[in-house]
Amino acid sequence: MFRLRMNRDVCRQRPDGSRRAKAFGLCLLLILAVPGGAAAAAQWRTNSIRGVMPNLEFTLVGERGNPVHGHDYRGRTTLLYFGYTHCPDVCPLTLAKITQAMKDIGQTADGVRVLFVSVDPARDSPQKLAAYTSAFDPRIVGLTGTRAQLDALTKRYRVAYRYGKKDDEGNYPVYHSAGIFVFDRQGRARLLMNAKKASVADIRHDLGQLLRMEGGP
Amino acid sequence: MPAWLTFFAPYEFAPTVALVCALALIFFVSGLVRLRAQGELVGSGRSIAWFVGLALIYGALQTHFDYWSQHIFFVHRVQHLLLHHVAPFLIALSLPGRPLMAGMPRALRERVVLPIVRNRAVRGVYNAVQMPSIAAFLFVGLIYLWLIPAVHFYAMLNVPLYHAMNWGMALDGLLFWIMVLDPRPPSGERGGAPGYVRRLGVLAAVMFPQIILGAYIGLTGRELYPVYAVCGRIWPVSAMTDQHLGGFITWIPAAMMSAIGGVVVLRRWMRNENPAHEEAHVPPQNESRRLQTTA
Repeated sequence: MFRLRMNRDVCRQRPDGSRRAKAFGLCLLLILAVPGGAAAAAQWRTNSIRGVMPNLEFTLVGERGNPVHGHDYRGRTTLLYFGYTHCPDVCPLTLAKITQAMKDIGQTADGVRVLFVSVDPARDSPQKLAAYTSAFDPRIVGLTGTRAQLDALTKRYRVAYRYGKKDDEGNYPVYHSAGIFVFDRQGRARLLMNAKKASVADIRHDLGQLLRMEGGP
Repeated sequence: MPAWLTFFAPYEFAPTVALVCALALIFFVSGLVRLRAQGELVGSGRSIAWFVGLALIYGALQTHFDYWSQHIFFVHRVQHLLLHHVAPFLIALSLPGRPLMAGMPRALRERVVLPIVRNRAVRGVYNAVQMPSIAAFLFVGLIYLWLIPAVHFYAMLNVPLYHAMNWGMALDGLLFWIMVLDPRPPSGERGGAPGYVRRLGVLAAVMFPQIILGAYIGLTGRELYPVYAVCGRIWPVSAMTDQHLGGFITWIPAAMMSAIGGVVVLRRWMRNENPAHEEAHVPPQNESRRLQTTA
């Protein structure tokens, strides 16, 4: 307040322009400061979302039909990815990339868990998910749930999914997010990877770096 | 609940938005009734502008339109067009200050609102942000700020930041259009209405940066906002089509609002130059001055 009043007094003597210039400078500084702050934390190849998104919490159904909760994964670095087993390309490719990255990292990644959440519970039973995920890596866990459970989780992480039109054989595509969310051992959201853009090297780099920072999986 | 009805249910219920809109509605309606009892009629055009403006703000934030806005870039641009350009324009056009003041409970008006409005510091800040050059800078600056790709990424992921963005757009839109559509004749004094030429100049000045930004987003071949791909688009629209449409919405209708605003300013100008044409609903000078600061 003091500043403003002082500003006004100064302006009585000075031409209008200097007051305007000052305000302009201040606004410019504010606008430039924001991306500057974002760039300071750029040692990640994918997107750091520390403090941006909520901790890992959910209630879903596991591969044996058992209830699974987000807090079951406290103490483990956890990846969360949405998809469906009928997915023709993106899901298998993403799971293959994650598997390769974990193999490259080696032992440190042994304790990592990858939660593959099927948003197509009508076709993906727990048994089917179990068979699907074990084809990739034992660290990948298939989860699904009721529409309400899935909606709660997707809303929490601001992702969307929807079903395409059925063809004559009753097959339909499911449109889903391309985000891989990475949570640390305390369940805090740390990274968001674009599954379509991130390479095996990117995933290896960032996941490896997070595991080293955590001092283990 | 039928599917079409769920559209009108909020995707993420925001008590602040609901409360502000409900109070604004109640105060305005009871203000209309009270003013009518005193023999003062608020024209139906003004009332319609107010109700449509308020409905657009509520609808943009508290229906499933907000869900679409979170998951399709061009719908997000429509949401900001509504929050920053169209709805605040209509609300400012309706000169709601007087009905709102008349409609609120007396205790609230005299113990809370009037002391705030008359506070020297509040007036100082208000007059500063309503200086045409600063108002124009804020108007364009906010559009640019939230469209910086890194900023946009986090705004779409972080709930408090997302709300701050949308509130900021609506509030800044209100401030800007209240300044531009000020019904008072221009006066050189501090806090007075700016001259018509300056207002028209501001409208032209905010138009060009919006055209440049919208054209850049609409015509570039680079995907600027991957957050929509990461989170999943809810309609079968490709990333580039979505971005092109979003750019054109940032460019064309947004710039057209400057032209529409210019028409209203010219009308105000002609009326005030020629007081014989002045409509009865334009309140006397010091009354309108009070409403402008409270609106």
